[in-house]
Amino acid sequence: MANIGLYIELKDGVFKKSNRELLSLARKSGQSVHAVLFCPDVQPYLEEMKGIQTVIQVKGADLSYQPDRYARTLAAVIQEFKLDIFCGIFSAQGKDLFPRLAAKAKASLVNDCLAVDLDKRRAIKPVYSGKLLAEYQIDAGTTLFTIRPNVIAVDAAVAANTPEIKTVAMDSGDLQTKIVSVQKSASKKIDLTEAEIIVSGGRAMKGKENFAILEDLAKVLNAGVGASRAAVDAGFASSDMQVGQTGKVVNPKLYIACGISGAIQHFVGMKTSKIIVAVNKDPEAPIFKKADYGIVGDLFTIVPLLKEEFKKALS
Amino acid sequence: MNIYVCIKQVPDTEATILVKDGKSINETAIKWIVSPYDEYAIEEALKLKEKLPGSTVTAVCLGPERVHNALRTALAMGADRAVHVESSVALDSQNTALALAQVIRADKEFGVIFMGKQAIDDDASQLHILLAEELAIPAATHVMAFAFDGGKVRVEREIDEGAREVIEMAVPCVVAAAKGLNTPRYASMMGIMKAKKIEIKKITLDSIGISETQNKVHLLKLSTPAEKPQGRVIRGEPAAAVQELVRLLREEAKVL
Repeated sequence: MANIGLYIELKDGVFKKSNRELLSLARKSGQSVHAVLFCPDVQPYLEEMKGIQTVIQVKGADLSYQPDRYARTLAAVIQEFKLDIFCGIFSAQGKDLFPRLAAKAKASLVNDCLAVDLDKRRAIKPVYSGKLLAEYQIDAGTTLFTIRPNVIAVDAAVAANTPEIKTVAMDSGDLQTKIVSVQKSASKKIDLTEAEIIVSGGRAMKGKENFAILEDLAKVLNAGVGASRAAVDAGFASSDMQVGQTGKVVNPKLYIACGISGAIQHFVGMKTSKIIVAVNKDPEAPIFKKADYGIVGDLFTIVPLLKEEFKKALS
Repeated sequence: MNIYVCIKQVPDTEATILVKDGKSINETAIKWIVSPYDEYAIEEALKLKEKLPGSTVTAVCLGPERVHNALRTALAMGADRAVHVESSVALDSQNTALALAQVIRADKEFGVIFMGKQAIDDDASQLHILLAEELAIPAATHVMAFAFDGGKVRVEREIDEGAREVIEMAVPCVVAAAKGLNTPRYASMMGIMKAKKIEIKKITLDSIGISETQNKVHLLKLSTPAEKPQGRVIRGEPAAAVQELVRLLREEAKVL
């Protein structure tokens, strides 16, 4: 039986919901599953860990994220626990950590997987920004996969066995790449790559100040606010809001595109959304061919109406 | 400083990509560009060169003959030298990192290495860090701000919820660019003329001991994802259409 390792990502101590996707994927494989958590106390997370074999707690005086130390610690865990496959989330941290870990553990890595066959060491990931899918076969040897958030179906643990807890020490060696501080954003934005609902604006927003109507709608839906490349290039929105081939790839359950024509480079960034809604004045806009539901109309009329209607529906 | 920028040539962002024989793409109608994130890398390399008189920028690109155009673009923007690592075969990320490391290591005094955070074809999103690890130097990815001061590199990296990590690294190091780092310049007419006269240095994979037989990650199949069936446009007065939309989202799509 193969040993599957999971990197359980905690964000300021909060269990990221995508961890459940990792746990579901690993439990379903029927292999021996070992989850690694960097935390002073594993108790708050044990309920989520049911049905796996081992919880490996990394302990240390300073558990703050430093890529070199995290990578060395995990490489040591992979060796000590003889992990054949190690998986994490394709999050901001996963993107930084897993390539380092691949190098240190002399492992192969496939990032941003939509599906993984842990038995056959095969993974499917989007390429050309999702215009195509690629299936990869990885040779024998330690293999790492990162999983795109919001893709894998989450199953509750059926087996009620409580995992055995083991501890390892955090690496405290030198830092080549040193994080000296973390600057929080003034307005705490909802992370688009993990958002459940996204409201996005395009060139038809006409100006930066008009994004306020999208933010009002987003507030009602507890949604993130995105933008098309045209809107970002026109200076209406910041580049961290861009959805599309040269921006973020998102897959919320609901994506509301307002005044976005639906160019291919935008579409590939949001097409895996469960439901796409388009609001556009132009009935010929390509976005209507791709949306599940569309309303032809002026976004400046429709968006405020939507806000009121959602408010009613959700109250 | 001997500044490096590693670039990749990829299909244009607006291109429709068609699968040819299950494992490759139909290249006939493709317009090739420098991967957009690599353009930010070129720009930042040039800005650093302007700050440090006497510096040179060397662009390195791995790929078939056609990548000369990508290297010419980098030269026209202002790079001084270009190295073409000739490869008509696909290398996995680890192998590509080994090849680039061989080329850069030959220069005993290499400084900052810039590249994009990912190439928009295979979107493997790991080469920059694998290269740094191979060279045993630090690396930062998804860089939105770069500064070089007092012999040190200081960058800002975007993380979740709009927050940024501030990272310090010694030189040499790898800096992987994201959108927002800068606005890439256009090549001037003079730059384009100058670029034509610069000889592109060619290096074969054989000469640096790299072969695709060492790949550990193998492409089995490329496919086109299933298209969504066309949805429906809700007609009627704005208020009624909005009401119907919200009802459908709740009762039919069940996403609320």
